[in-house]
Amino acid sequence: MDFSGIFTYLYTEIALVGVTVAALLYDLIAGKQGRRYFHGFLCTLMLLFIAGTVIPYHKETVEVFGGMYVYSPVGSIVKSILAIGTLIVFLQSESWLRREDTEFKRGEFYVLTLSTLLGMDFMISSGHFMMFFIGLELASVPMACLVAFDKYRHNSAEAGAKYILSALFASGLMLYGISFFYGTAGTLYFDDIVPGIDGSALQIMAFVFFFTGLGFKISLVPFHLWTADTYEGAPTTVTSYLSVVSKAAAAFTLMVILVKVFGPMAEYWQTLLYIVIVLSITIANLFAIRQKNLKRFLAFSSISQAGYIMLAVISGTPYGMTSLVFYVLVYMAANLAAFGVISAVEQNSDGKTGMDDYNGLYKTNPKLAVIMTLALFSLAGIPPFAGFFSKFFIFAAAFEQGFHVLVFIALINTVISLYYYLLVVKAMFINKNDTPVATFRSDWSTRLSLLLCLAGIIVLGLASCIFDGINLYAFGM
Amino acid sequence: MNILSLFPAIPLLMMLGLWISRNTKQIHAVMVTGASLLLGLAIALVCIYLGMRADGQTAEMLLTDSFMWYRPLNIEYAVGVDGISVAMILLSAIIVFTGTFASWKMDTNVKEFFMWFCLLSVGVFGFFISVDLFTMFMFYEVALIPMYLLIGVWGTGKKEYSAMKLTLMLMGGSALILIGILGIYFGSGATTMNITDIAQMHNIPLDMQRIWFPIIFIGFGVLGALFPFHTWSPDGHASAPTAVSMLHAGVLMKLGGYGCFRIAMYLLPEAAQELSWIFIILTTISVVYGAFSACVQTDLKYINAYSSVSHCGLVLFAILMMNSTAATGAILQMLSHGLMTALFFALIGMIYGRTHTRDIRELSGLMKIMPFLSVCYVIAGLANLGLPGLSGFVAEMTIFNGAFMDNDVFHRVVTVIACTSIVITAVYILRLIGKILYGTCTDPAHLKLTDATWDERLSVIVLIVAIAGLGLFPLWMSDMISESVLPVISHILN
Repeated sequence: MDFSGIFTYLYTEIALVGVTVAALLYDLIAGKQGRRYFHGFLCTLMLLFIAGTVIPYHKETVEVFGGMYVYSPVGSIVKSILAIGTLIVFLQSESWLRREDTEFKRGEFYVLTLSTLLGMDFMISSGHFMMFFIGLELASVPMACLVAFDKYRHNSAEAGAKYILSALFASGLMLYGISFFYGTAGTLYFDDIVPGIDGSALQIMAFVFFFTGLGFKISLVPFHLWTADTYEGAPTTVTSYLSVVSKAAAAFTLMVILVKVFGPMAEYWQTLLYIVIVLSITIANLFAIRQKNLKRFLAFSSISQAGYIMLAVISGTPYGMTSLVFYVLVYMAANLAAFGVISAVEQNSDGKTGMDDYNGLYKTNPKLAVIMTLALFSLAGIPPFAGFFSKFFIFAAAFEQGFHVLVFIALINTVISLYYYLLVVKAMFINKNDTPVATFRSDWSTRLSLLLCLAGIIVLGLASCIFDGINLYAFGM
Repeated sequence: MNILSLFPAIPLLMMLGLWISRNTKQIHAVMVTGASLLLGLAIALVCIYLGMRADGQTAEMLLTDSFMWYRPLNIEYAVGVDGISVAMILLSAIIVFTGTFASWKMDTNVKEFFMWFCLLSVGVFGFFISVDLFTMFMFYEVALIPMYLLIGVWGTGKKEYSAMKLTLMLMGGSALILIGILGIYFGSGATTMNITDIAQMHNIPLDMQRIWFPIIFIGFGVLGALFPFHTWSPDGHASAPTAVSMLHAGVLMKLGGYGCFRIAMYLLPEAAQELSWIFIILTTISVVYGAFSACVQTDLKYINAYSSVSHCGLVLFAILMMNSTAATGAILQMLSHGLMTALFFALIGMIYGRTHTRDIRELSGLMKIMPFLSVCYVIAGLANLGLPGLSGFVAEMTIFNGAFMDNDVFHRVVTVIACTSIVITAVYILRLIGKILYGTCTDPAHLKLTDATWDERLSVIVLIVAIAGLGLFPLWMSDMISESVLPVISHILN
């Protein structure tokens, strides 16, 4: 039997392993001179990787390795979105990695990040619960190392410990839930398990356990309690990675599994999601209003954004999946822009991340302030920025399935969210400050990353071809 | 490219021009070129439109053009105009032009100010040319958000509070509109977002209309200063810088009335007939309450803001009467109120720029000190209270004439109540004019003040010419409007 064809469906993962190995080898071989080009080398490599994988090669869904691994074009699109996000995070990490206390760990950062990305890619393409779980763990464990990357900084180490403990607990619950499914349905293959899903009491309990695991990754209320502390403690670059890439992968996987596996018990998980969405959006919004630290603030903002993403999941339609992928892409551009600004300010002002430190930022660093404003407008869903379009589409997706009241609650919450996003804008543009962040010029890679995000914020919504392209491959119940 | 698409495109190009300009002179050059171009284009549009009607083109929307934007949701970028939108575009162009000159002396962050100002006008023009629900809503929100920074950064008084209140209330309104739009789209079978097509299909079930009509009407009503959702308006107008007050009261509040008419009533006609009484009561309260509130204010801008609540209430009141005379009056009132309130705010800004107070208790005898501004203020006041020969008379006359045509007790009673606002308006306007313009000047510092400069004169004169033009020669305008109102009204009634 010829197996060579099988591997052509794994092209993303194989290329990614190649990039990871190259990073590992470069770290090992390069001398002092060579390490200076490490960053440039890796970003070029990532760029090539993205350029090679951004368009799905195969236009149909294919199962390989006996159904363990499922290639789907829309999954492939999500993988390239994640890769683009990772590249932007790498670009933003430079000013932080260049510092003396992290410079020697540079290689580890790249390799760990790339491994989590690999884990997410496998998670997205899994066709079996075990495969899914392995991917999830591969994405979680190195993540804990990343969170604790500044290990001599108390906050970072604490955040790492919190993250790994909560992650393990969530994984444990999830495995417990999966074992019930094995007990009731007799298999863990996504395709084979469907006839065995009948919505019995045991399966509902199992589903709740399973959902807990993913809810933790996406940081939905009530599984969000780790989020704010971890986001605040982790190095800003890692926080942005955590808030965007990791969340996006988990959200997409959740939708795929809900649609493919749990279709027969749709009414149960829709009820569950309904409650979780209302809680996530509302509670996170109310907490975000009170935050004084921008990283914590964005942590709560990202929880509520996760709630919005679930609006697309609850619909379960192909159109909902398109909206989800598009939302994730737009959210990535906006959130990475916001974190990019925070990271740049933090690195150039001895670690200022408080809301008050941003008072008067427009006077000293007008460009950063404008980028931050546009990013927040996009997050709040203000046209003509991309966030408006993505929000409209997920609302339409949920509305189409009859969740009128839910959409209404979400809409009311967009007004609340606008309030706290405007608080930051107000700080930067209106508030006075005697000791504002001094004027500085960030390095080329930060500027490039912000430019990419800005382009995303402006172009993604106005150019409809991206949405149409995703819509071509989306599937639903 | 369709001529209509130029209207949002020109302010966008102006933003680009502002971005690269280096000093105030260049900024002014860009603004004047762009604003004059817009004004010229708007006048050309009126001529083209009237010419096409004279050629016998009877389609509801003229100059239409569309291309598919988001196919999965049938979202198109679709443009088209009828008499109502042509009138509104002309109004917007006049206000943008005069607003530019009214903020000639702006000295802090000029470039940013005009960039946001241009973004605001992109939204306004885009809204009036759109015939697609989604694009219309998008432009609507584009017009709202610059207000936050325009008021928050360049405003006066308790600007942060006002800016936040205004933005959140209007965004709350737009949240209602958004869900209403989704309701209309999916209620009509999810085949098109084009307003004329949805109206022609006329297939939204009545029980859904009953839900979406009040939601959309309140959503747009927030911007149209519908009682009790008007509270953002006095604070917002009082804190905003001159040009922003002009554009906001002059044009932006008209977006509310236009949306109520074009979306809420046109697309959900049965519910509009059934539920109109609730909103007629609310708008009657707006009209009378706004006028009474204006009587007791002491800040010039607050007086004008409450007067706007009253006059904009009259717009919504008239469209709810659902006959073509009243609706024509409503559109005329939008025009007339837009012009005269812009004139008011421009003059208040100029007076405030000199005296540094807007408190009427501290102002008196200005007629001798700045005769030009004072005479113009009197003209604005007279237009406001509906003196024949000026635009206010034409509009209000048509409205009350139309409103009284419904011969049942309810409509007649509310019309009589609303009519009293004319008298109350006369009370506060005449008292105000007497207090601040006549008498002897009490503050010696005011004696040294100078009269209007050329840029201020230009801005004011353009507005007065427009007001007098509409007042003396109303027929061409009211014919153009009533021709377009007729199909909408007959659609609502059948």
